[in-house]
This record gives sequence, structure tokens and C-alpha cells, in this order.
Amino acid sequence: MKKLNRNQVKNASTYILVTAAFLILQVLSTQGKLNSTTKGFLVPACAYIVLAVSLNLLVGICGELSLGHAGFMGIGAFTGIVVTSLLAEAVPNGVLRLVMGMIAGGVLAGVVGFLIGIPVLRLRGDYLAIVTLAFGEIMKNVFGNLYLGVDETGLHATLKTEGLTLAEGGKMIISGPRGATGITKLSTFAIGFVLILFTLFVVQNLINSREGRAIKAVRDNRIAAESVGINVTAFRMKAFVVSAFLAGMAGALYAMNYGSITASKFNFNTSINILVFVVLGGMGNILGSIISATVLYILPEAMRGLQDYRMILYAVVLILVMLFTWSPKMKDIISVVTDKVRGVFRKNEKEAAFHE
Amino acid sequence: MKKVLALTMALALVAASFAGCGKSASTATTAAAETTAAAGETAAEGVGTVKIGMSGPLTGRASAYGLAVRAGMEVAVEEINAKGGLQIEFKAEDDEADGEKAVSAYNALKDWGMQVMAGQVTTGSALAVAPESVADNMFNLTPSASAEALALTGDNIFQMCFTDPNQGASAAELVSTKYAGAKVGVIYDSSDDYSTGLYNGFKTKAAELGVEVVATTSFTADSKADLSTQVTQCQNAGADLVFLPIYYTEASQILTYASRISYAPKFFGCDGMDGILTVEGFDTSLAEGLVLMTPFDANASDEATQSFVTKFKAKMDGLVPNQFAADGYDVIYAIYDALTAANITGDESASEICDALKAQFATMSVDGLTGSGMHWDENGMISKAPAAVVVENGVYVPMA
Repeated sequence: MKKLNRNQVKNASTYILVTAAFLILQVLSTQGKLNSTTKGFLVPACAYIVLAVSLNLLVGICGELSLGHAGFMGIGAFTGIVVTSLLAEAVPNGVLRLVMGMIAGGVLAGVVGFLIGIPVLRLRGDYLAIVTLAFGEIMKNVFGNLYLGVDETGLHATLKTEGLTLAEGGKMIISGPRGATGITKLSTFAIGFVLILFTLFVVQNLINSREGRAIKAVRDNRIAAESVGINVTAFRMKAFVVSAFLAGMAGALYAMNYGSITASKFNFNTSINILVFVVLGGMGNILGSIISATVLYILPEAMRGLQDYRMILYAVVLILVMLFTWSPKMKDIISVVTDKVRGVFRKNEKEAAFHE
Repeated sequence: MKKVLALTMALALVAASFAGCGKSASTATTAAAETTAAAGETAAEGVGTVKIGMSGPLTGRASAYGLAVRAGMEVAVEEINAKGGLQIEFKAEDDEADGEKAVSAYNALKDWGMQVMAGQVTTGSALAVAPESVADNMFNLTPSASAEALALTGDNIFQMCFTDPNQGASAAELVSTKYAGAKVGVIYDSSDDYSTGLYNGFKTKAAELGVEVVATTSFTADSKADLSTQVTQCQNAGADLVFLPIYYTEASQILTYASRISYAPKFFGCDGMDGILTVEGFDTSLAEGLVLMTPFDANASDEATQSFVTKFKAKMDGLVPNQFAADGYDVIYAIYDALTAANITGDESASEICDALKAQFATMSVDGLTGSGMHWDENGMISKAPAAVVVENGVYVPMA
């Protein structure tokens, strides 16, 4: 039998874990065992998982700090809303319409990522973090001032505060600071799950490919990577665009889960939240990102019973997780435990071999 | 060893901060206990309990509004439960004025067993929850979410406050009648739906009535730390009346800066201005002569207002209630009146109660703190007389 290497085992276990979680929740949901609160978590949790994994590709694998991930999410969200409402009559199937919206949102976010990447990824140091931070704020303000509507003469858009005057029977899709309202809720948990699988497929295959190894080489030592002929800018660009594309898709999924979305949702705080998911889950650790995004998203909501104290406790939990997962002592303890587990497995294997 | 010490101290600090907040928590629990106790007594008499839920920003930037509404509602609930008869169990959830959190709060309230929703406090939250409450046929009367699009979402959604364009239009009418020939400058928040809605309503009506607008300036949530440019622009344009369709915290900055550059036009605000006399560190003498449109005046001498103000102050450590609190109080009473008129006992499902309340709200008329003879149109928008007050000697005086 061909032996699986460590990476393959790790990748497979991520898929298995995600699928198992999905199946359990889906069965509980069809049997009516889930309460409204839990049901409400499902889709946004999927979106945040995808956002965390895509940001992990950029921060953990590529070693670039991005502080404007919510900007890409916002592009995907508003593009998805516009595309799905324009196609409302042409494509009656909700799932198909949502998928088209997600793809459009992802592609536009990717294109924007490419355009910003051209000048910025050539720079050294922390410039990417500064520019993505500015980018996120710019996007928030653009969407906060955008009026976009459709009538029989076509699509109209303006950034003027007067807004738009549409012909009779026209419909506003995005109205400035109020954001997009009257969105038809299309997102479902199943689609969210498929998007997570797609993201895992893209990211894990990228990491374990020739490109992925080149990206990691650039992260670890730029000069050494350049000296063996790796085009540093091109590989960083690849990671950046893929990350933006996935964030755009997640944004569309997220937006189509709510009746209304305002631009202020895609602010600096959301970017930082996603970054916190990545950092606490472990840089470059995909399964860690999935778990931390889920836990940290649900935690403040699960602590609703504690009323005003929940945000204090949330901060305390963040600090404790950071202390424990990053302290050398804890790392030693964890490695001792994992070595023992591994040892047991090896022993069993040896015994099995012996008995054969 | 040092680390252990640091950790212990950190924990002690957290514990201390808990102790600091402990007071409000304990009062909340006793209130809840009283409510349930009262509910238990009356259940024996055969009268039921209706669960009313509300969500608003109880923490964060906009928490002043959410806390005021919650306290106003609690005053009403305590009064009603003391009366005997139909009892109300009330629960408020925090939504941080964020649509996503508001939907979570709504779901949490549904799991709690909410039968009637007493609204979301902020417009963004209300718009996010609206489709959910329409799908569940959950009756939803909002105290202060004022977007026009909200009531149009479904026939189960009603508003206790004016819609923004309506209020902007009434403001323009007042300006044109009381200050004929004034040169008007406007400062508004273009990143805020409430402010933009008011401004657009004002602008349309002002153009219709021939009010001369000489300067229009705006700021955003990110740039409101310094509003001196906007004030200077109004001054340079020669505006002798400045319309401020914004919230009171920013307005207090504008008034302070205007006095510093000795610019003294007539300032004119809307209901978001209510509360300006309570801003910490703000010299209230600067607000003399300020005109604002508010449906509620805490200094009104009628008995209902005075009893509400006393109870609210006792609950909120002496804070004077603003129109948010009064709207919250009226929301609970409007729902209670409709519930009793429809003979609801509390055993019905949320959807059944919603249908009964919709029928009641179509025909009933309510007298409350924020107006008398208030009734609702077929869209769920309220109709009540707009009222304006002038600040004189630090108190509101009805505008002549």
C-alpha cells in the first residue's frame, strides 16, 4: 500500500472534519433539533471560515500582512447583490443565481486585488499592510456613497448625495449610507459548505504545489528565493489575487444571507476580526483557521446570557488563547502529548507488522 | 513565578471590573425576578403573560440610544405589571447597532419565546431584521428606526417615530413660515442614513417652498472629529440659519466651534438633537435659542410625563429621559393597549398575536408621551403632530 505522507493526511483530515460537521448539523437541522440562534449562525460562520482561510493564504503562507480583507469582502458582497438582483427574472433558480453572484463577486474582487497588487507587491517591508488598510477604508466610503438603481433604460449609478431619479417602475439596489436593502435571501448552509470545500481545495492544492513551495520560499527568504530564479512579485501576486477572489465569494455568500447590508459593515474592525481568527488559529494552519473562525464567531453570541460582560470575557478568552498556544511551555506539553499518541500508533503498526 | 503573579493580578482586575458593573446587573435580576413573580401570581388568576422582546445597541458607540429605549420600556412594563391583568415579560438583547448582530439577537429572542417584537432601536438593524420578522409574521413596532423603506418591507412592521423624509419636510415648512427670508446653511452626516434622509426631505420641500439654501456641507462618521470647516463654510456663505439634521454629540461640537469664532446664526435641529443639554462637558448656555423638533419634552407639566420622568430618573441614576426613552415607553403601551383590546391571553402563537395586532393597529388611536391621537396608516407609518421646541434658560419651551 502506498503510504500517505504527513501533508496528505493533514489535508484529508481537514476535509473529513468539515464534512462531518456539516453532516451532523444538517441532520440535526432537518430533524428540527437546532434552535433559531444556531440556525442563524450557520451561513455567516461559513463565510467567516472562507475569509479566514483565504486570509491565512496571504498572511500565513505568503507572509504578507493584509489589513483590508473586509474591503474585498465588501466588493464581493455588493457585486453579488447587484448581479443577483439583475438576474432575478432571467435566472429563476435561486441557487444558480447565487453561484453566479458569488463568481462575479469573486472575479471582481480578484481583479481589484490584481490592480492594487501591481504597484504594491513590488515594494518591500510593510507597505502592503498600509495600502490594504487604506484600500479597505476607501472601499467602505465608496460603497457608503454609491447609489445604484435599475429601470427600463438600464443600470444607473452615481456617487452624488442627491441620489438617483429613476424612471417609473425603477428599483434602487444600493442607496448610499442605507446600503442595499430588500435583498432576497438566497444563501443556504449547503452552499456555504460547498464554498468551504472549494476554498479548501484551492488553497490546499496551491500550498502543496510547485507554486505553493515557491510562495513559501519567498516568505522565508526573499533573497535566497530570488537567487534560485523565483519571480518574487509574480508569486506574491498569485497568492494575493487568489486570496482576494475567495474573500469576494465569501462576501457575496455573507451578503445574500441578510435582508440589508450597509457599507459600514466592511470596516477596519471586520478586517481585524478576520486577522484575529487567522492569528489565533495559527499562521499557515488551515484547520486552525477553520476552528478558530467558528469558535470565535460563535463565542460572543453564545455568551449573550452574560449581557454586558460578554465583550470583556471575549477579550479575556483571546488573551488566554494567545498565552497558552504560543507559550514555549505549552508547546512542549503539546508536543509531548502528540509524540506519545504518535508513538502508540507506531507501536501498533509494528505489532501488526510483527503478527503478519 | 512572575507570570503567575501577572496572571493573578489580571484576573483580579477583571474581577474588580465585574464588581464595578455588579450594581446594574443585580437590579436587572431583581427586576426580572419581580416580573416572573408577578406573572406567577396572575397566572393563578387565569390571566396570561405575553413575552415582548427588543434589540438595540446596549454597548458600543450608539449605546446611549439603546439604553434609553430599554429603560423607557422597562418603566412601562413595570407600570403595566403592577396594574394586574395581562402581564408582560420583557427582554432586551444587545445588537451593537449592527445588522448581523441584530439578526442574531432576533434569533436569540425567538428561542427565548418572544411573541411580540418591540423593535430595533437603530435603522440599520431594523432593516436587517425586517425580512426575518416578515417571514415569521412577528409583530414589530419600532420606537426609533425611522427609514421610510422599513415600514414598506411588510405589513407587520410599524413605526413609533416619524419617517426621515417626512420630518425633513416638516422642518422645511417650519423654517419657511417662522423664519421667512432666512439664508439657510446645512451641515449633515453623509455616511448616516438618518441624516441623509432628513436632508433630502428638507431639500425637496425647501426648493418647493422657495427657502433659500446658501450652503450645504457634509461630514462622515470618519471625519467628524473636527467640524470647523463646515461651520466656517456656512459662515462664509452668510447663512443666518443653520439646519442640523444630525445627532446631538456632533451638534454640540458645532455649537461650541461656532461660538468660538463668534458666529451666531439660528440653529435648527431635528429629533436626533434631543439630548444636547445632557452632553458631558458641553456648555449648555451655547444651546440657548436652539430650535429642535422633538415629540417629547421632559419638562412638560402634565402628570403622565412627570411620573415617567421621575421613574426613569430613579432607574437611570438621575438621567433626564429624551425622546428615545419616551418612544420606547409609548411602544410598550401601544402594544399593551392593542393586546388588551384584542383580548390576547398570551397562549397564542406569535403569528396569531401578530394578525390580531395588525387589525388593532389599523384602526386604533393612542395617546402617549410623544403625542396624542397617534394612529398608523396602511403602511405602518405613524401620523402625529410634529412639535418644535426652543431652548430657553436651559429648558425646552414649546415654540410659539
